[in-house]
Amino acid sequence: MNNSYPARENWRRLKNRLILGTITVLALIPTVPLFLILFQLLHKGLSSLSLDFFLNLPAPPGEPGGGIANAIVGTIIIVGLATLIGVPISIMAGIYLSEYGKESKLAHAVRISADVLQGVPSIVIGIVAYAWVVRPMGHFSALSGSVALALMMIPVVVRTTEEVLRLVPDILREASLALGIPYWRTVLKVVLPTGMVGVTTGILIAVARIAGETAPLLFTAFGNQFMTFNPLEPMNALPLVIFNYATSPYEDWWQQAWGASIVLVFMVLALNIVSRLLARRIAGEK
Amino acid sequence: MTTPKNLYRQIKYDIAFRKLATGTGIFVIILVVAAFLTLVYESWPAIKAYGVKFLWNTTWDPVTLEFGALPFLVGTLITSFLALAISVPFALAGAIFLGELAPPQIANPVSFVIELLAGIPSVIYGLWALFYLVPLVRAFQMKIGAPPYGLGLFTASLVLAIMILPYALSVARDVISLVPQDLKEAAYGLGATRWETIRHVVLPYARSGILAGIVLALGRALGETMAVTMVIGNRSAMPQSIWDLANTMASVIANEFTEATEDLHLAALVEIGLLLFVITVIVNLIARIFIVKTKVR
Repeated sequence: MNNSYPARENWRRLKNRLILGTITVLALIPTVPLFLILFQLLHKGLSSLSLDFFLNLPAPPGEPGGGIANAIVGTIIIVGLATLIGVPISIMAGIYLSEYGKESKLAHAVRISADVLQGVPSIVIGIVAYAWVVRPMGHFSALSGSVALALMMIPVVVRTTEEVLRLVPDILREASLALGIPYWRTVLKVVLPTGMVGVTTGILIAVARIAGETAPLLFTAFGNQFMTFNPLEPMNALPLVIFNYATSPYEDWWQQAWGASIVLVFMVLALNIVSRLLARRIAGEK
Repeated sequence: MTTPKNLYRQIKYDIAFRKLATGTGIFVIILVVAAFLTLVYESWPAIKAYGVKFLWNTTWDPVTLEFGALPFLVGTLITSFLALAISVPFALAGAIFLGELAPPQIANPVSFVIELLAGIPSVIYGLWALFYLVPLVRAFQMKIGAPPYGLGLFTASLVLAIMILPYALSVARDVISLVPQDLKEAAYGLGATRWETIRHVVLPYARSGILAGIVLALGRALGETMAVTMVIGNRSAMPQSIWDLANTMASVIANEFTEATEDLHLAALVEIGLLLFVITVIVNLIARIFIVKTKVR
């Protein structure tokens, strides 16, 4: 009996070490593919970057000097338009949830709807945008792509707007109301500006999320070999270029797919990092 | 000075603004309901033509216009659950490592990188998989004597596993870091080892949250399109083994939607989208229940 005690203690200690060691190893293994992805992206991508790559239009396979100028412009237009469509709706809905709906049944229904919308696969959102915009117009268009992306953006911005506005102390609202300022102006001039950094963070996160989306653009914006600024026409976008070039049989197009990837990743990462810095600033203020 | 007339106007504005905000809230509900009804409406020809048989018919043939979704349902389920099975042990170990074992100087930057990786677009995971993972899998298949496609169900599951890992990991880590310090200290005070504390205090406390993270990751895997489409091989027959070329619900839509010339073909594709919509909504609602449970406590 006296002997078994230390033995058990030793076993517990050994087990502790063995399991914690296993956990550490298991935790380190997935960093291998993740770092490989980053490394190979940089390695392959940087070598295909050049000034021409940014300024030229796509070239047929085999012809040197092809670029992705139209895809960069396209991504900016499509995402910008999606933001213009999605953000006002999202902010108003967020204001409703935080200022008017609160714990009412209708507000809960709105929250659940936003959650459902967030969970809908992007390819299905693409089908919906196809039915809503492409079918009535009779052809693919950048606008339909923007509608799809706006649908994906709305749940993210609605929920962050609500959360941020709820953090605004009631004292501010009361102070404003006590000065005789009506509630709607209080919301727009006091509550919303106070939470503006948080709302901006939410918008940036949402933009970063939709900028790399490919599936909803496949049968909405569709892609275009030429430069266009008209949102009613089919338009190219970086994710579409990557997909189309990567699945093509041409080696020089593969190379360009890597180049387009690094441009896209850089855009998305920049948005993510800026939004994180903003979020940290809010956390610091609290 | 506020004249009564001015006051009256302000009240009118107030009511209008409240109505506008409420209306926008209702609009969000309408959007979701309308999206669902649109899918039902657009897939109606296929629903009418094939009925429930659509769910277990194994033939998908756009030429003879015979459509059954079973190969894709199977493809989606296999890739998603296999990805989850591969990913969860690593995600859990990573979450425990970052949440409990690693010092903050290591845990914070690593978590930051992981969250950035979660933001990398799926088409880029697909590109990487196509040029680096596929040859690796092909070499492995040659070694074990499987058909050396390189593409297929297994490769798709691997990419999915890599993609959902940062997602599941960061949710699990967040929940683990919420476990109150005094509970852990109480366990240490009773003489528990670090592992015993994790096993009997941290993990039980964080269980709902970890489950929610896993279910959310599942929801993501079910609907993931691009990376899967690029490496699964796009074959619309019933898969017979894990090495087979196949299709998931999402990948068949991505592949055939713009090429579908027959109305019935298009309707059948939309019906697959409708099924995907319903499945992911259910999965996400389950995750929501777990999240509510975590918050209640």
